[in-house]
Amino acid sequence: MNVRLAVEPFDPGVELSAFCENRASTGAVASFIGIARGEPGQGAALELEAYLGFTEVEIENIVEGARLRFALHDVRVVHRIGKIGVGEAIVLVMTASAHRRAALEACDFLIDYLKSKAPFWKREFSPSGPRWVEPTVQDFADLSRWN
Amino acid sequence: MARVLLFGRLADVAGWRERTFDPTPPRLSTLRSQVASQSAELAAALAGAGVLAAVDRALVRGDPALGSGAEVAFMPPMSGG
Repeated sequence: MNVRLAVEPFDPGVELSAFCENRASTGAVASFIGIARGEPGQGAALELEAYLGFTEVEIENIVEGARLRFALHDVRVVHRIGKIGVGEAIVLVMTASAHRRAALEACDFLIDYLKSKAPFWKREFSPSGPRWVEPTVQDFADLSRWN
Repeated sequence: MARVLLFGRLADVAGWRERTFDPTPPRLSTLRSQVASQSAELAAALAGAGVLAAVDRALVRGDPALGSGAEVAFMPPMSGG
């Protein structure tokens, strides 16, 4: 399994260290960490809903797409679900390859796909109340770079 | 019988996340009409841009027939990361 949905907060540093261990032919690891923004002391910044049993499979399919496209040794995605506090990691993408370009580009590709093609539904909490977030024009433009 | 799951904004609009329907004939289009007939707000939300359907946890297009006990999910635009 390349994908884990985490109900509890996770430590991206611990995950990254574990991902880098026991590698001989890997010359490059790239990572992306998405962090929940908000006001200090506001409590939960957002809530992410998943379709358990479907969301993991769809992300595995996205990972498979990255493996076909880039010369990767390994991929790991950790994605939070449920209520997420300000400053907590929402998503961690890690890619490993022999050389930097494949690792960096695959990481970029994966986060663009996760933004608008992975089955999550995101609700932001703000002083004006909760609001469902949908992909932006920029998100779709980012995704179209890979067509 | 089909078990319907709603996600995100659709569940908020409907006021429920899971409910059983008995569409006749058992097709996605008749099931969608049954769900939409519950309220004008839900009908509008279901017809919104980017709403996807999955049958037994696989994305579908068109109007597939539904097996007995199918799990049908209606999903608004996805937003992760």
